[in-house]
Amino acid sequence: MIGELLFKTVVASIGISIFAVIFGLIFKGIDRKLVARMQMRVGPPIRQPFLDVVKLMSKETIVPENAIKWMYNLAPIVCLASSIIILLYIPIGGFKPLLGGHGDIILVIYLFILPALAMVAGGFASGSPFATVGAQREMVTMMSYEFPLAVVIIAVAWKLSQIGGDVFSLQFISSHPIWAEIGLLGLIGTLVLLLALIIVTPGEVAKIPFDVAEAETEIAHGLLVEYSGRNLALFYIADAVRTFAMASLVVAIFFPYSLSGLININGINENITYVIDFLFFLLKVFLVMLFSITLVRAGMARLRITQVVSVYWITVTLLALFGLVLLMWDTQFNIRWW
Amino acid sequence: MIPKAFKRALWVFHVNSGSCNGCDIEIIAALTPRYDVERFGIRLVGSPRHADVIAFTGPVTSDMADKVKRIYEQTPDPKVILVVGSCGISGGVFHESYHLEGPIEKIIPGAKCFYVPGCPPRPEAIIQGVIKAWEFLEGVEKK
Repeated sequence: MIGELLFKTVVASIGISIFAVIFGLIFKGIDRKLVARMQMRVGPPIRQPFLDVVKLMSKETIVPENAIKWMYNLAPIVCLASSIIILLYIPIGGFKPLLGGHGDIILVIYLFILPALAMVAGGFASGSPFATVGAQREMVTMMSYEFPLAVVIIAVAWKLSQIGGDVFSLQFISSHPIWAEIGLLGLIGTLVLLLALIIVTPGEVAKIPFDVAEAETEIAHGLLVEYSGRNLALFYIADAVRTFAMASLVVAIFFPYSLSGLININGINENITYVIDFLFFLLKVFLVMLFSITLVRAGMARLRITQVVSVYWITVTLLALFGLVLLMWDTQFNIRWW
Repeated sequence: MIPKAFKRALWVFHVNSGSCNGCDIEIIAALTPRYDVERFGIRLVGSPRHADVIAFTGPVTSDMADKVKRIYEQTPDPKVILVVGSCGISGGVFHESYHLEGPIEKIIPGAKCFYVPGCPPRPEAIIQGVIKAWEFLEGVEKK
């Protein structure tokens, strides 16, 4: 019994890892192509990230002389592994999350720190001044976006706690969409929270305008400056997986609807419903990535580290707190026109 | 192994080894929407550790000579050098100046160099140089 369960978990984990890597890289390719088209360029083919990874894998892997060797080599593996673990907790399409249970959304917030922390460790371990500056910047960015992210998730969980149930489980949040539980003020509040989370997303996955830690023009790729070959390829994949996981988290919290639930298809084979829901999930992830990463990346330049801190600590935190207050008022006054 | 990967994913690190900035502007021009080298998977990276091709512009001044050597050693194998501009070949307008250490092949003997002549070369010429480099790297991969 336990052996069978263990076997299933292991097989499903391997399946999700392969799925995460492949779709993470495909979405990265789509993102690069779209940015290129927005800048009136032809852009690289969508399979470009795969070519990049294959190329990096066949390059020499250098470990600098003054690096801490074991930490330097361990950091990319931890970074990739923890990025994939996040996806084990997030419901994908019609499937339930593989792991999970009470309080897993709190765990997911902390798991999102792990890849960044692994990069910081790798940066400090590489013994280059550029990497050290990058690692310090990454830590400052991490401290800045953590608070608004927590406020958004607490606000959603608090609102859902009024209908009872295990509010800190992702499975519960995604099976009870927040949009169904709110009145007029709550609608505005939820939109504000969504905006805050959309601004947190590029910071969480280190994309323009919040990619100060990996700024290639100022500090020569920062954290990654000494990494090459296989290690760099692992970081490259981890970045793609982390982006995919973050977009999936936004989908799971705010857009958990499934297509088969919305249009209520009857009499169709259950397996086809799974396929449809899965494709719909990919579409939702793509839309979240389009609005929170691709459009922002094409339209903005990199911020300075001080600006990143003030954007997150002042603007986005105030936005998130404002959304929280609106949700509280929503419960108090409960204005509905429907 | 897999020869196709190099052909479509070449990362270039750009070093100014004493150039007048003319060639640097042309390299940037190759990245603009008009020429868009990213459609071939060519990217400008900020660290020699990530690079496959090191693009040197200008003659090597005595200040830059040891740095050029170090940058070449920092780049992981397989790697090639792309010398952009006439200066890197013959000294160009700086020919026989007192502060030159000579062309790159003299400073890094045994390195595989590709030359793009011109003062400055046109972006098309630079792209062709990179294509020559990727053909070579592909050959290295096949062995």
